[in-house]
Amino acid sequence: MPLRIGVPQFPGSCDEVDALLAAGHVGDAELLWHRDRDLKGVDAIVVPGGFSYGDYLRAGAIAGLSPVMDAIAAFAKDGGPVLGICNGFQVLCAAGLLPGALLQNADRRFVLRQVELSVETTDTDWTSAAEPGQLLSIPAKHQSGRWWAPSELHAEIADQEQIVFRYAAGGNFNGSLDDVAGVCNEGRNVVGLMPHPEHAVDPLTGSTDGLVLFRSLLQGATNV
Amino acid sequence: MSEHPTLPAPRDLPAGAVPEGDAPGLENAKALGLTASEYDLVVQKLGREPVQVELAMFSLMWSEHCSYKHSKKLLGTLPTEGPAIVLGPGENAGAVDVGDGWTVAFKVESHNHPSAVEPFQGAATGVGGILRDIFALGARPIAVLDALRFGEVDTDEVDASGAPVGEPGDTAGTRRSKFLLDGAVRGIGHYGNSIGVPNIGGDVYFEGPYETNCLVNAMALGLVREERLIRSAATGVGNVVVLFGAATGADGIGGASVLASAELGEDDASKRPTVQVGDPFEESKLVECSLELLELDLLVSLQDLGAAGLTSAASEMASKGEVGLDLDVALVPRRMEGLQPFEVMVSESQERMLCVVTPDKVDEVIAITDKWDVHGTAIAVVTDTGSFRIFDGDALVGDMPIPALVDDCPLYDIYPEKPTESIYPAPPRRIADGLDAGAALLALLGSSNVADRRPLFEQYDSIVQSRTVRRPGQTDAAVLMVPGPASRFSVGGGDAAGAGHPAVAPEAGAAPTGAAGEPATGADGGTGDARDAAAAGKPISGVGVAIDGSGRRVAADPYVGTIWNVLECAANLACVGAEPLGLTNNLNFGNPEKPHIAWQLTEAVRGLGDACRAVGSPVVGGNVSLYNEGTTGPIYPTPVVGMVGKVPDVSVTAPVGFAADGDLVAIAGSFSPQLALSEIAKLEGGAIPDGLPAWDLERTAAAIAAVRDTVREGALSSCHDIAEGGLVTALAESVLAGGVGATIELSPFAQDDADGRASLFGEAPGGFVVSGPAEALATLAERTAVTVIGTVGGGTLGVRCGEQALELPLADLDAAHAALGRLFA
Repeated sequence: MPLRIGVPQFPGSCDEVDALLAAGHVGDAELLWHRDRDLKGVDAIVVPGGFSYGDYLRAGAIAGLSPVMDAIAAFAKDGGPVLGICNGFQVLCAAGLLPGALLQNADRRFVLRQVELSVETTDTDWTSAAEPGQLLSIPAKHQSGRWWAPSELHAEIADQEQIVFRYAAGGNFNGSLDDVAGVCNEGRNVVGLMPHPEHAVDPLTGSTDGLVLFRSLLQGATNV
Repeated sequence: MSEHPTLPAPRDLPAGAVPEGDAPGLENAKALGLTASEYDLVVQKLGREPVQVELAMFSLMWSEHCSYKHSKKLLGTLPTEGPAIVLGPGENAGAVDVGDGWTVAFKVESHNHPSAVEPFQGAATGVGGILRDIFALGARPIAVLDALRFGEVDTDEVDASGAPVGEPGDTAGTRRSKFLLDGAVRGIGHYGNSIGVPNIGGDVYFEGPYETNCLVNAMALGLVREERLIRSAATGVGNVVVLFGAATGADGIGGASVLASAELGEDDASKRPTVQVGDPFEESKLVECSLELLELDLLVSLQDLGAAGLTSAASEMASKGEVGLDLDVALVPRRMEGLQPFEVMVSESQERMLCVVTPDKVDEVIAITDKWDVHGTAIAVVTDTGSFRIFDGDALVGDMPIPALVDDCPLYDIYPEKPTESIYPAPPRRIADGLDAGAALLALLGSSNVADRRPLFEQYDSIVQSRTVRRPGQTDAAVLMVPGPASRFSVGGGDAAGAGHPAVAPEAGAAPTGAAGEPATGADGGTGDARDAAAAGKPISGVGVAIDGSGRRVAADPYVGTIWNVLECAANLACVGAEPLGLTNNLNFGNPEKPHIAWQLTEAVRGLGDACRAVGSPVVGGNVSLYNEGTTGPIYPTPVVGMVGKVPDVSVTAPVGFAADGDLVAIAGSFSPQLALSEIAKLEGGAIPDGLPAWDLERTAAAIAAVRDTVREGALSSCHDIAEGGLVTALAESVLAGGVGATIELSPFAQDDADGRASLFGEAPGGFVVSGPAEALATLAERTAVTVIGTVGGGTLGVRCGEQALELPLADLDAAHAALGRLFA
């Protein structure tokens, strides 16, 4: 039976179809409505990018309180693989599922740029198919992507190898602490990152380096 | 199903009933922009003086913005027929056939005066407005482009010897232009990025005459199955009109008449309340809701609320359906208390849609609008009276024949007269006379009209929706996969299964070792999906899109300059192998009641028509923006053209950048450059010439077609049209985009060009810098003139031509080219 991947859709989601298409490379992908608690028995969750509920309060703040996120939090606590991309990363941080917070970019502008990411750990549900230190060419596009954490928390997650992605040398355009582009939870099943791997799955649109995150799911599935 | 008890029903009125209230009279009509004779005509049509609601509605519907009363006659001369045209002018947007039953709807529209008064909201709502035009047709918006014009942002004037003139640094004018630029770019980014529609291209020029009247033109594209295109005609007596989206407030009152249809003056801050405020989140829900309503086949017709709000939307719908409407303003949801009936009718509150629904479907429609939190309300009913009757509860507050409102505005002749001398001052001089070629090139690359646009377009999301094959900066025109893999999800009929989002089929043999982009075997009901195409071994098709429109050349020669703009757009498309399907235009001009502006407009429209016929690209619709005159006089006449072309195989396009060491570099096409009017002449403070030399339009169009066909064969390594800054600038751009140098040597080929300067720095349409292996250039040479001028390789750009010579490292070129970054620091 193919892997089933759910993509929650909030009002104001933008990249949910892109996430469906990317997830579709490794399984069956379907949308989950923000008002529903039912995750339809999916095997993995991708929280997509965009501007959930308009993000007028703070990026991800309202989505973190939605019914579907309740269910996703329970799913994550049970060890289910969850990936948050861009706004999805912000939502997972706001919901307390990932450490740190995403602040406005240092120059306070929205920027789209193809960036190089280095894979800092392959010991997560979403990077197990990558090579340690592998460089991925993936686009980033956001206005609030400056990852930050208090120094104690930063030291702790660095120590626990919860920093999953860093911007490669010279690529930290948003001012993130310690060049952090993505992190995971203690259970290593929840991963969030600001750049968009779902926009790097087709050679026609520029790069296929993002596929490795989705393919990691299959590896997890066969290893279990 | 029985009729909903609370639905609006046609009202019975006693014979001879007239609306309540006093007539505000002629003086008030004049304050709203009507002339005395227009007011008399309104009185004649109504058989009495108009009351307040009626006067407000007539003043909007008869404004230039809504009635095109000074341009309609001219626009009738444009070619609008072509094999690919599915929907021509007249609906919310035009549409062309892109194959396999898919159509692309597109249109450009201006939001100039609002942006000049409040750039962030003006530009943001410009994007929001054009997107609504697209999804009002049932099409999913798939791309935005924008054409921006501001005053000078370059500083530091010099004299012919290079000595400084006046104070260095910013002036009040450059500060204003930077403020407008920053606000407009932020506004466009804010709206487009938030709503998830990629911004895939545009152009920007900085010229003095736009200083107090900047231009913000936004173009949008949408995708829809041809059979799912929906019209806006209200039909079916007894059908119900449902308003959904944002609640109505006092924003944008009088926008079309007061702001858009008059010149700007010194006290425009007082006009700020006439600018609307946009909410992309609301519009994002509106898009999804509208497309879901259409997918479920619940609507008779759909219309967006734009300029002139409910007045224009409802009366246009009724006019197209040749029906009447009874509308109760008391039913319209408000975001503030105390709105008068006329204010409800003319408010330009953003993010609202109007649809016509059969009575049995109203409950279902409202349930869907509730799902998306864009709550619908039935506010009107279709009648057989032919009149637009406005009620405030039980009180009749307006009663106007629909044809009087929509069709009976008088059309005016304009009286063109060529001015005896240029009405525009020469631009300020930035460089000394006779700079050597290297210094001149660096000055050009760093000048605002030539510098790299990356600092602007990096602020836009160009890749959302997963269709963007060529992003800004990579090719001269953007390339989208159409319909593309995202068509598996709701795109105005793309999903054969009906509502909702079906699961996509996994890649064949989805496995950790599967090759990237491996085609799927999934069948999808023949929707022309990219993966189906790939699976069948067919090329993936798409569209190339570009928008262009330099005003300075049109100021020099409205006829020839406009042709040049169209040719440049077609040339950009040729670089990605796109054959024009259709064109949309935005005619930005000054006050047409002035003879010299009338002359510019008349000549430009004549040029537009001739150029469209020459490149085989009919006009599918557009917009006219007149009265663009600030405190410093009229803008440069600026016909902006947006063109959509068919790309048979999106994997075969030619990038701007040189690609391979050893490739030959050549000039291709029909290219006769001249220095007058060029960017280098502008930097030297050169006056605008009176007239431009005409060239052989047919031959130039044929050259563009030849380049396009050769690009399609996939033989060229790069292709870049020669535009602002001439040949040497195009070479530098190809070097920078490719990250590899080139060595160029050629003999002067421009007319009367002993020293080679006109050949290197002169400008004209129809020329391309191409690179590739010798055999590729030989193929192209069978169709058009090709002159090999050098070789790709090395880390410098070296050029020799007549007495001109330069050799510059890539790093120096790059540093100069990055000049616009400082505007956003």
